[in-house]
Amino acid sequence: MSFIETHISVLVVIVPLIAAPFCILLRNSVTAWAWATVVCLVTMALAVQLLQQVWLGGTISYDLGNWPGPWGIVYRVDELGAFVVLIVAALAAIVLPYAKTSIEREIPKERHYLVYCMLLLCIAGLLGMAVTSDAFNLFVFLEISSLATYVLVGIGQDRRALTAALRYLILGTLGATFYVIGIGMLYQMTGSLNMTDLATLLPAVQDTRTVHAALAFIVVGFGLKLAMFPLHFWLPNAYTFAPSAVTVFLAATATKVAIYSLIRLIFTVFGDIEPLETYNLRFAVIILAVAGMFAGSLMAIFQTNIKRMLAYSSVAQVGYMILGISIGNALAMAGGIIHMFNHALMKGALFMVMGCVMYMLGSVKLEDMAGLGKRMPFTAAAFVAGGFSLIGVPLTVGFVSKFYLVQGALLAGWWPIALLIMLSSLLAIIYVWRVVEMMYFRSPAIGHGQMTEAPMTLLIPTYVLLAAVFWFGIDATFTGDLAMAAAESLLGGSK
Amino acid sequence: MTGMRRKIVLRVVSKLLIPFILLFGLYVQWHGDFGPGGGFQAGVIFAAGFVLYGLIFGLGTLREALPSWLTRVVLVLGVLLYAGVGVVTMLMGGNFLGYNVLGATPQGGQHIGIVLIEFGVGMTVFAAVMTIFCAFAGRAAADVNPVDDIGGDNG
Repeated sequence: MSFIETHISVLVVIVPLIAAPFCILLRNSVTAWAWATVVCLVTMALAVQLLQQVWLGGTISYDLGNWPGPWGIVYRVDELGAFVVLIVAALAAIVLPYAKTSIEREIPKERHYLVYCMLLLCIAGLLGMAVTSDAFNLFVFLEISSLATYVLVGIGQDRRALTAALRYLILGTLGATFYVIGIGMLYQMTGSLNMTDLATLLPAVQDTRTVHAALAFIVVGFGLKLAMFPLHFWLPNAYTFAPSAVTVFLAATATKVAIYSLIRLIFTVFGDIEPLETYNLRFAVIILAVAGMFAGSLMAIFQTNIKRMLAYSSVAQVGYMILGISIGNALAMAGGIIHMFNHALMKGALFMVMGCVMYMLGSVKLEDMAGLGKRMPFTAAAFVAGGFSLIGVPLTVGFVSKFYLVQGALLAGWWPIALLIMLSSLLAIIYVWRVVEMMYFRSPAIGHGQMTEAPMTLLIPTYVLLAAVFWFGIDATFTGDLAMAAAESLLGGSK
Repeated sequence: MTGMRRKIVLRVVSKLLIPFILLFGLYVQWHGDFGPGGGFQAGVIFAAGFVLYGLIFGLGTLREALPSWLTRVVLVLGVLLYAGVGVVTMLMGGNFLGYNVLGATPQGGQHIGIVLIEFGVGMTVFAAVMTIFCAFAGRAAADVNPVDDIGGDNG
């Protein structure tokens, strides 16, 4: 095996991690950006290689420092892990080319290199969360990515971003603390932090109060991190006031990786216990998921700031993912997993559109978008296309996710859930339509009649992502097969 | 803060103490291999000497001794030293941070690896503590641009 093949699972993490400090040394806006972009493209190539190796050769295990598990830290990448690595790396590789123009407009020049440094650290943290098989190492990477995120949210010129970042910091730290308390309890009961080792040791102590409490702490902790309704209060402000490029990256990746970690903990660490069955949690989680789907969509309808509207829509979309993993059959699970990828594509594209609007108008308020269909035709069209996917129109990725979810719900015999999925899509039509109506059927304010389109450096990445929205909406074999394989191995492991 | 410059006792005592604080920091750093200690503690102790200097003689004097570009470089080099050791072990045939391959014997390799990465930790912790201290201490003077202490050349 070549050097890269042997070390692939650790390389995806350390390449951005080692590259990040170099941005501090470069200190020039353009060179730091160029460096970060090259690093992200390399990471993307490594992620593709990792996925190929996992797909062809099965799960990859890597002992850090040559210390074998359960004593040392082990990285263990299966189909799901490799899929999440690909989501993060791919979105990073698309956001970075986009980021330059957007960041130049929104962030003071002397802070640019810090943005790129923090972005790389955030990417390294998220990728680390996806590959690690050590419960405490997961916490460390969670903190690396979170700390970078708090900085990124607050780094712009908008003073309100500071309050949003502080709130995110407090709630995020609470979440991480809850998680580490839960892990502490598991360690107390089993003496191990290695996930596969924990999985074999936990069934012996599954009926103790400590393990119950540990599970509660872990679920609530990650519930905060992934903005599971009703723990989502940090999310709308953080997404609204963060710089556009930062919002694109966070909305597309951060919550997905937290969901991945929760899946990992429930279905791998607690896998043999089947906590959703044993502790009668399934119904409670489904109710929260459905409540999130509706509450998020309803709140989205009443927003006048479109970034905030999309942020509330994210709360609803997280509901779909949680629903998918809680129904309990492979189809629904695959729906939840595939929606992580699909939502990353479409929400990334939509927030990129908002970045274009912000660049040209300096505002993302609904009333400022009047007549945008005439003034910025390509940007407006991109929003419509992304909106279609959010609703779940066929030929878009949104349809694929919902197709899997509905099938899974029907297979489990939960037809009311299937109905609720359709109903919540109707709410998506309402909030997307409000924007479309404003863009195409209102005349622009006086003096704003001339056509001014966003620069190509913003539009091209947006359209690349949109192309992916339709590509994987029309031909879902790649994502579908991968998600099914991941779902079956997750649920198979719990039997 | 400037008022303290006139307190002769503080000035003399701190000048006497600072070399020993720094020496103790270095001891904790390099003795961490054999006894209690290590990079994190050493970095904080070493930084404490500079913090004391800054408290007594003022931020400007501290910045002359320790310009912000220097803390920034040390901050970065510490991280790179740690990760660099990992990369070197990979290139020498081990796994990431597998120190065994660094020395003639596995035990010797572990010694070399630990000493190196702990030095990296020490550098970064020292620079981080100094950055945080200077950022807060310089806040009253330079509230116009809070990032200046990390980003600006003269703090």
